[in-house]
Amino acid sequence: MRFSLKRAFFALVVRPFLLVVTGFNVRHAERLPQSGPALVVANHNSHLDTLVLMSLFPARLLDRVRPVAAADYFLKSGPLAWFSQKLIGIIPVTRVGRAASEDPLAAVSAALDASSIVIFFPEGTRGEPERFQEMKSGIFHLSRRHPGVKVVPVFLHGLGKALPKGAFLPVPFFCDVFVGEPFDPVSEKDAFLAALKTRFESLRAEGSFPEWV
Amino acid sequence: MSEVLERVPRGPLLYVFVGILGLLAAATLLGALLARARPEKDWSELNARIRSWWLMAGVFMLAILLSRAVSLVFLAFLSFLALKEYLSLIPTRRADRGVLLWVYLAVPLQYAWVWIDWYGMFIIFIPVYMFILIPVRMVLHGQTEGFLRAAGTIHWGLMTTVFTLSHIAYLLQLPEQGGAAGASLVLFLVLVTQFNDVAQYTWGKLFGRHKVMPSVSPNKTYEGLLGGMATSFVLVYFLAPELTPLTRNESLVAGFFLPLAGFLGDVSVSAIKRDIGVKDSGSSIPGHGGVLDRVNSLTFTAPLFFHFLRYLHF
Repeated sequence: MRFSLKRAFFALVVRPFLLVVTGFNVRHAERLPQSGPALVVANHNSHLDTLVLMSLFPARLLDRVRPVAAADYFLKSGPLAWFSQKLIGIIPVTRVGRAASEDPLAAVSAALDASSIVIFFPEGTRGEPERFQEMKSGIFHLSRRHPGVKVVPVFLHGLGKALPKGAFLPVPFFCDVFVGEPFDPVSEKDAFLAALKTRFESLRAEGSFPEWV
Repeated sequence: MSEVLERVPRGPLLYVFVGILGLLAAATLLGALLARARPEKDWSELNARIRSWWLMAGVFMLAILLSRAVSLVFLAFLSFLALKEYLSLIPTRRADRGVLLWVYLAVPLQYAWVWIDWYGMFIIFIPVYMFILIPVRMVLHGQTEGFLRAAGTIHWGLMTTVFTLSHIAYLLQLPEQGGAAGASLVLFLVLVTQFNDVAQYTWGKLFGRHKVMPSVSPNKTYEGLLGGMATSFVLVYFLAPELTPLTRNESLVAGFFLPLAGFLGDVSVSAIKRDIGVKDSGSSIPGHGGVLDRVNSLTFTAPLFFHFLRYLHF
């Protein structure tokens, strides 16, 4: 295996950091895709979500695991852009101010065509800590465009407590990661999003998580 | 080189180390024999438990052998993990996120008092200063709904996972007496507590009939409790005079209250888990549950043993 900065960063920094600050309780890790192309979709509450989802994969797969992230946020400044591209390997998407003719998901499609395991947050943003928000239609379009690609839903809990939007210092909390069965796409948009939402809710119901208020 | 040689255990400490390894080897052999003799039953849980024991015993023995600094860091990390597990388990308020950061800071501080041997601070830091700091920090954010529950549960967690467990670390600071240095006191306390857990579990599995606290811990029986206590009593009676400054007569007392305290610590944590509605405190240790599930008995035996010893001999 060739040396990769990303793998070294995960082995030496991310995994030890997550072990101390969070620590995971993973259910059904065997349901995670073992090869690409695949879409891993998760609820989104924290920057830690991406790191946790990526570190669920073994080192040999890590180079092909790529999270979709907002270009306007992660490519904003030089150091953050370098970090996002070299150490994480994000697929940047343009959320705001793009031309009407531009396909916002072109880069994601290309990554799937190249057999990547793509991490996608259908809510589009982190939002309120530990609350689920309405999903954007992006995941529906992606799944319709790539009908053969497995969509694996993952429910995350606790990371929004550890590092919510707007917080600077992480507070240690154990987190739960519940991996679901692959999702069977529905051909109509609203029905698709409703069905996916139900999947997240039933995964959430496997644990007992009181509202965090 | 001579420093390394000094660390090699001698005398009773060495025999106890060999004894622990022997016990674990016997357990592994028994697990393998059971799996072969009765393959129709599922022994994977038991064998995972035994494998985890090897790892825990190995890490623990290495930590107390290497140096006082390594032992302290190891115990501080254990406190941290138990605290993290506890704070993730209980319902917390969103407004208290900042409070929890201060609460975590108490872990390195408490162990720092141990390191610099400041007994006065060690013994009051959490019962007095943290007891005051937590509500003060909570008043600052101003949310009164759930205030008492939050202040109470957070402080209870600090007492259980940091204050009590740090008594194990303070054993290392007690001056050497009659050849019994800190490391052998720690070894004695941890060995007796964990041995007692296993003894009560085994007696309960083999002969358990009459439930002792059905509403708290349905698997605990009088047979397990009394059989385990009797077995541990024998262990304490023979081991305490070798590893600690306790006399034969004092060992009789310790042999009675240590196993009982271990049991009570165990069921107290069980009661909390039942209150919250979970079976295990976590899943970090295969076959054992979480860190809190493994150290629950120690939360009671550690401070009681420490103060018993300190009152009589230091």
